[in-house]
Amino acid sequence: MTDYETIIGLEVHVELKTKSKIFCPSTTEFGGDPNTHVCPVCLGLPGVLPVLNKKVLEYAIRAALALNCEIAEYSKFDRKNYYYPDLPKNYQISQYDLPLARNGYLNIEVNGQTKRIGITRIHMEEDAGKLIHQGTIATSPYSLVDYNRTGVPLIEIVSEPDMRSPEEARAYLEKLKAIIQYTGVSDCKMEEGSLRCDANVSVRPRGSREFGTKTEIKNMNSFKALQRALAYEVERQIAVLQEGGRIVQETRTWDENKGITLPMRSKEEAHDYRYFPEPDLVPLVIDRQWVEEIRATLPELPDERRNRYIKHYDLPAYDATVLTATKEMADYFEECVALYPNAKAVSNWMMGDLSRLLNAHNMDITRCKVSPRQLTDMLKLMDRGTISGKIAKTVFEEMFATGKDPEQIVQEKGLVQITDEGAIAAVVEEVLAGNAKVVEDYLKGKDRAFGFLVGQVMKATRGKANPELVNRLLKEKLHSS
Amino acid sequence: MITIKDVEHVALLARLELSDEEKQMYTKQLNAILEYAQMLNELNTDDIPPTAHVLPLKNVWREDEVGEHLPPEEVLANAPEREGQFFKVPRIV
Repeated sequence: MTDYETIIGLEVHVELKTKSKIFCPSTTEFGGDPNTHVCPVCLGLPGVLPVLNKKVLEYAIRAALALNCEIAEYSKFDRKNYYYPDLPKNYQISQYDLPLARNGYLNIEVNGQTKRIGITRIHMEEDAGKLIHQGTIATSPYSLVDYNRTGVPLIEIVSEPDMRSPEEARAYLEKLKAIIQYTGVSDCKMEEGSLRCDANVSVRPRGSREFGTKTEIKNMNSFKALQRALAYEVERQIAVLQEGGRIVQETRTWDENKGITLPMRSKEEAHDYRYFPEPDLVPLVIDRQWVEEIRATLPELPDERRNRYIKHYDLPAYDATVLTATKEMADYFEECVALYPNAKAVSNWMMGDLSRLLNAHNMDITRCKVSPRQLTDMLKLMDRGTISGKIAKTVFEEMFATGKDPEQIVQEKGLVQITDEGAIAAVVEEVLAGNAKVVEDYLKGKDRAFGFLVGQVMKATRGKANPELVNRLLKEKLHSS
Repeated sequence: MITIKDVEHVALLARLELSDEEKQMYTKQLNAILEYAQMLNELNTDDIPPTAHVLPLKNVWREDEVGEHLPPEEVLANAPEREGQFFKVPRIV
């Protein structure tokens, strides 16, 4: 059987976080009543003229620099003509042959190896409006149009076909999101559509130099959806080829519920966009000094931050990668270590219980009720011996649910660790007296019996006995009896 | 040379319905226009950079400030059909 190689390239659209739209002063605010964030320009009324929002250009340059791109000296806008009611002008203002930026890259980690993924180009364009349908688009009798999103600034980031697996594609998108978020030019919220991703996928017999016929996959609204859709599509293409069939170049949509990609009804000749220079907007000649000024204000980016965590905090590479994957997570971590110097302990809690609870509640860390001060206060309670590591887990869950201070929870629930030798010794005596058979087993050399006895003491104290004391006292009593 | 096929293709993209006579007429007219523009090919343009824009202007932009929005009644005043505050249009798949 032929061994196939997968080729993936991604086209990612990112909404820029400006206050006003790209070519008019309407607000970019998400939501709002339908058709209330619009003006004559974004409605495409006759006689209006678009004017570029300078902040859009600045943000686009900022993102492009963070992605190691070359910024064009000369750039212009073009009209992309198509009939679809999501834009009222029958064309989208975009960039065609002279995009703002080219030749960038980012690095991903795959199986412990760093791999560079090329970025072909980045260009600026306007977002389209939203079509609302009753039920599905296929069965709805008509479309309702809301133009609030029309004209919200976008950058489109086109990768080279450098990815060789769905996992690499996901790693690329995650890294791209992290970098853009770090630059502060976009929220990159996939669920709100401020980060959107289309994929070009093809397969070819391993060793072949030519690319196979590709399909374009749309409608993947999460990292998981991207990976699943690509895995499905790769398998589908290989199956078609192995049966002697041919891949049809087409656009396919990901059906999240069914877990399959389906061909979208092809809009015949729809790809004939007849681009031409936008006559209403004058060209851009980008000042080199301005570019350098923007470059100088770039923050520390994920890779640098990750390396700093490894060097400065002595964290394992894995911890450093996970903690710096989002800016919010990394900021939270740094606020913690500023209050509590044991970085590895902070990392363990963030990657363990905190991440587990965030995932379980489908939350990101910005909505977490536990502040860095509260988390580190809890770690200090553990260090002081007020609570054991086991009890800390209970306390943390309560903190996560209520946002209360750890001290308060410990007090209210009576979770203070028992460190009084006399009190524990009394419990130990009781347990030994009540488990004579187990004691006998232990003395005959059954080590496991000891664990059982520890468990009984902890149970009797509802987990509050200091574990080291329990161990020591049990041993002492057992060996003196 | 523009053929009837080209005219039909462009008409489809532009959502224009043309009669057979119109197709004939536009084929002729478009050819005449292109023929006239052919004159440009007689000029030597070796040292002329491609023109993206005819005005001697560059870098015209505005600051990022939010302005006024159109009241919904005016927004929808020209809507062929509406439903609530939405434009209502034929479904296009």
